[in-house]
Amino acid sequence: MAKVLMKGNEAIAEAAIRAGCRHYFGYPITPQTEIAAYMAKRMPKIGGTFLQAESEISAINMVYGVSSAGLRVMTSSSSPGVSLKQEGISYLAGSDLPALIVNVQRGGPGLGGIQPSQSDYFQATKGGGHGDYHLIVLAPASVQEMADLTVKAFDLSDKYRMPAMLLADGTMGQMMEPVELPPESDGKAVEKPWAVTGTENRREHNIINSLYLVPEQLEVKNFERYERYKEVEKNETLFEEYMTDDADVIVVAFGIAARVSKNAITAAREKGIKAGLIRPITLWPFPSEAIAKAADRVKGFVSVELSMGQMIEDIRLAESCKKPVSLCNRTGGMIPSPEQVLKAIEDMEGGRF
Amino acid sequence: MHRVTLFAGHYGSGKTNLAVNWAMMLKKDHERVVIADLDIVNPYFRTKDSSELLKSLGIELVSPEYANSNVDLPALPSELYGVVQNRQRFAVLDIGGDDRGAYALGRYAPYILEENDYEMIFTANFMRPLTQTPEDALEVMREIESAGGIPFTAIINNTNLGRLTDEAVVRIGIERAERLSKLCGLPILCTAVEKSLAETLGIEGIMPIELQKKYYDII
Repeated sequence: MAKVLMKGNEAIAEAAIRAGCRHYFGYPITPQTEIAAYMAKRMPKIGGTFLQAESEISAINMVYGVSSAGLRVMTSSSSPGVSLKQEGISYLAGSDLPALIVNVQRGGPGLGGIQPSQSDYFQATKGGGHGDYHLIVLAPASVQEMADLTVKAFDLSDKYRMPAMLLADGTMGQMMEPVELPPESDGKAVEKPWAVTGTENRREHNIINSLYLVPEQLEVKNFERYERYKEVEKNETLFEEYMTDDADVIVVAFGIAARVSKNAITAAREKGIKAGLIRPITLWPFPSEAIAKAADRVKGFVSVELSMGQMIEDIRLAESCKKPVSLCNRTGGMIPSPEQVLKAIEDMEGGRF
Repeated sequence: MHRVTLFAGHYGSGKTNLAVNWAMMLKKDHERVVIADLDIVNPYFRTKDSSELLKSLGIELVSPEYANSNVDLPALPSELYGVVQNRQRFAVLDIGGDDRGAYALGRYAPYILEENDYEMIFTANFMRPLTQTPEDALEVMREIESAGGIPFTAIINNTNLGRLTDEAVVRIGIERAERLSKLCGLPILCTAVEKSLAETLGIEGIMPIELQKKYYDII
């Protein structure tokens, strides 16, 4: 198929439609509003549902309803709106329901601001809502990945019966790049015998629920779920390695921070410093193994973030604090410059951290 | 050359970039040129990104006070009335995308229509997914006219695929723009192409343009 020029937000919306999603519920918030706008335009033309709910909380519970009926469904928002959705996300996880939640992050905490950020990393990867659960968290670094990882998120979510989150940021949502859209699918590759679709008096009715009156049963359920999470960690961890083979310093960064870091790595190499990049594509599961392996051969790591040092904790856990990890960051809607990242690489290489 | 030139179209069709280039072109022949940002839709990539360049060229800029800030407040400045009412300056108006963006134009439309010295340009990029055909572009055109209250008078073909733009893309754009021109009866003013590519093409009616926000420089 020929390429088209798209905003990241539009690419998510079109890719979701092509993945067979016909139900979108949301509430507008900058910088992700184009997702809702695109859905509002397209869904009525293809027999789908676009519904602007009265709040983010309503939207996520509508997602719960459609997912219970076994259909592909999504919602999208930006940081403050995703906070509002957390209760519903926990209920989805507790009911083993697949769904796609998109977070095009903006500056926080609180109302924060509308410029790009990555400061919802903890919220996305460590729960966010209450209870023991995980989301599959995917972090696109280009408009093409906004499309491709949307499809991937639906597929993994159905396969493992757990909600997936696309964790982008404002620049990813707003920037325009050429993109090759994924092929059309009906989104029904995974059987959903658990769905509440009407028994027609031919089977026992299905129940979608996250309430367990007997603690022993809830414990069994939680253990079962974590066995499934182990499978996800084993099979679905995604990351990109860039010039890491001979690297003395490895930058770990995702999304827009990874793109800036690649520029810095090119500049470092020109100066004779062997720098490389590990770019997590899944933030949960985190590419811990790749980082642990690299720890044996590098001088140190640099965590480049649009946050106050969140992913850096996962890097330290992954490499068991064998080597130093420094933080190179901007926050509040600002993006680190290639020069800032280059300096952090030079400092780590020279033992100044 | 009309006193007021307006750029409207589907969002992401390249209005801001064209408006800045148009103002630069006007400035070569006219003492006073003002560019006004009427975009109340887009949070990033705005006319204000080019404020230093515009200032260095002596082009006046009127943009929403909170553009490019952390404040999500789609308010337009009072100076905008000066742009349409003070007829001493050549004015370029950058309208927000789609009908939603064009609603902001409605309150200035009576002044522009009364003066009747304007060019309302439809900016077309046929590589955008929702305006790939002349028919789809025409639909957007009619929606903008009904929201903004000013009929289009001309088309600029700005078909591009970002950094992957090549001669084939430009030619597809020209062919579709010609079909759109036949459908709506409006002339094509020119085809806008990024300067370095434009130099390599032997195509007539090309306006070479400079790209303002080169965000894709980041790999």
